[in-house]
Amino acid sequence: METMIKQKIKEVKKGDQSAFEDIVSFYQNKVYHICLRMVGNSYEAEDLAQEAFIRAYTNLHTFDEKRKFSTWLYRIATNLSIDRIRKKKPDYHLDAEVRGTEGLDMYSQLAADQALPEEEVESLELQTYIHKEILALPPKYRSVIVLRYLDELALQEIAEVLDIPVGTVKTRVHRGREALRKRLRHV
Amino acid sequence: MNCNKEAIALMHQYLDGELYKDDERRLRDHLQTCPSCQEHFHELKRTTTLIKNTTSVSAPPRFTANVMANLPKEKKRKNYLRQLQRHPILTAAAIFFILMFSGIFTAWNQDQQVTVSKQENLEIRDHTVIVPEGVTVQGDLVVRNGDLRIHGKVDGDITIINGDIIGENPQGGTNDQLDRNNLRAYSGELTEVNQVYEWIWYHTKNTVKEIFSFESDE
Repeated sequence: METMIKQKIKEVKKGDQSAFEDIVSFYQNKVYHICLRMVGNSYEAEDLAQEAFIRAYTNLHTFDEKRKFSTWLYRIATNLSIDRIRKKKPDYHLDAEVRGTEGLDMYSQLAADQALPEEEVESLELQTYIHKEILALPPKYRSVIVLRYLDELALQEIAEVLDIPVGTVKTRVHRGREALRKRLRHV
Repeated sequence: MNCNKEAIALMHQYLDGELYKDDERRLRDHLQTCPSCQEHFHELKRTTTLIKNTTSVSAPPRFTANVMANLPKEKKRKNYLRQLQRHPILTAAAIFFILMFSGIFTAWNQDQQVTVSKQENLEIRDHTVIVPEGVTVQGDLVVRNGDLRIHGKVDGDITIINGDIIGENPQGGTNDQLDRNNLRAYSGELTEVNQVYEWIWYHTKNTVKEIFSFESDE
């Protein structure tokens, strides 16, 4: 897979824009996932993920082909997300669809008049609750937790994505985990 | 073991998969004797399981198409270059034809002087090449930018570029007669080239002939 992506990158660098399409479709879910867990809003996540790919395209000449492309791409995505979080105050779209559901928007997360099947409510609430708790973490802990557990990156790779020493990554993972432990202990 | 610092640090190292065998044994021994650490460890493990088990998300439909639509436009020039790179054989053929035709055109327009292939006993008078009475020209005859009048004989092909063949008696009527007259005068083929496209055709034919003769030589 890596070699296929490397080949595509070479083609894009030569000026073949259409080769970028395969790169986008290969990484779109991962990048979107990172953005979504960082900002917690599907509209913004889509916007950020799109922006991340466009930045990757326009700055592709700066990408060192000896390194891993995914690391470089995730870095763009996390940096954009962190910038966005810093700039804005939290806002919520009530009609944003809840991921992992079909057509359920945030209205469904408000107290509902009619009762939904018990189990669905439970799993949905748990998921939403966990995501909310991850979102409640300060961005610097949130980014390491998202990369570590949702994208299952190795500590070394997280260090490369965030451009911080591995020791710092470890400390942040530990603290983030402790913070989540306190919030999720009663679940 | 200090519960608050050492044990918890070991727990995190364990969760990161970075705990050595010795330390792992130490942690296990400690957990067996310390209920509060046991609970702490249990909570941490549960937390990581909860985070890991969140459903994976996929990007919205048409995400890729949207990204592609929003990319900055490619430069046109690069596009052409890419087309050329994609079809190297077409490119080679195009370059070949351009060079060939430009060469032929410049040769056509070059000079208006009468030139004749190197044969002896030919007379040149007022843009007319004359094969005198009683003379037999050996080999192929090429006349450029001039007419040809044959009184004697030509033993070979005749090619006239930008000119005409003039018969023994110019007032002597039809082309048939002219041809018949000249049939006696030369033994090979007669080729007259007057228009540019004929000139091109002549060149192409010659090239092909040369290639074939090359091959047959080998």
